[in-house]
Amino acid sequence: MKAAVVVFPGSNCDRDCRTAIERSTGARVEMVWHGETALPAGLDLIVLPGGFSYGDYLRCGAMAALSPVMAEVGRAADRGVAVAGVCNGFQILCEARLLPGALLRNAGLRYVCKAVELEVVNAQTRFTAGFGDRRTVRMTVGNGEGNYFADAATLDRLEGQGQVVFRYRDNPNGSARDIAGIVSERGNVLGLMPHPDRAFEAALGSEDGALLFQSVLASA
Amino acid sequence: MKATVQVFLKPGVLDVQGKAVESALHGLGWPEVSEVRVGRLIEFELPGEAGAVEAEVEAMCERLLANTVIESYRVRLG
Repeated sequence: MKAAVVVFPGSNCDRDCRTAIERSTGARVEMVWHGETALPAGLDLIVLPGGFSYGDYLRCGAMAALSPVMAEVGRAADRGVAVAGVCNGFQILCEARLLPGALLRNAGLRYVCKAVELEVVNAQTRFTAGFGDRRTVRMTVGNGEGNYFADAATLDRLEGQGQVVFRYRDNPNGSARDIAGIVSERGNVLGLMPHPDRAFEAALGSEDGALLFQSVLASA
Repeated sequence: MKATVQVFLKPGVLDVQGKAVESALHGLGWPEVSEVRVGRLIEFELPGEAGAVEAEVEAMCERLLANTVIESYRVRLG
């Protein structure tokens, strides 16, 4: 099992992601600088971490989406490699059009940082199979622009095709239809605002994030 | 040639900054203010006549300057 975490200028959860993946799965994790034009061979998972890539200039994730490495991430996604964007990583995936929709300023205008309960809407994905029959999991959000938006037709399509993977039990940021995480049509690209990398061992208040990393690497 | 690009959230998209500014203006004694929208103004220079660069600036908006999922833009040249 082999994973890569992409490091953008301004990423601040890259090392958290590495530790979370290593401790939850034992996988080898390589850190990949955003300026790279090639990815390590044989990757089973690519993670775009949280943070404030490029200082959130222009729009969150807009500059990072144009980083050289993102062309390779897009090609890997086309080949079916699992790609997970957490928080700023989700924003980057939307800006790169690897996922539909966009993340707006939180409806309450404030940065929200707290543990949240999530409904596992679809436990049949590569990222959620390990949750089994559990319908509620706990992770932590930390975002100022986590308010998921897409037009009604896109939201209907996402719901109809099982692409909505996680919903907030108590929506912290105004996200459309309480959406906390979605997958691509093919199911191998995940974007989620809550941090599995902040919920992978008991000392952090929840171990549920570990199940997500274990699920995706078990499917590799 | 000077290009001026205005970017705003689309009408159906909740503009929470606009709402907050509106409410602050009400608090300062201008209760008649409504429909406040907060956007972004981007200016730059590029060579060429307006007719020739219009399509280029449009492409810049589509590729980077605006996210057309949530934003609309207006271009002024010259």
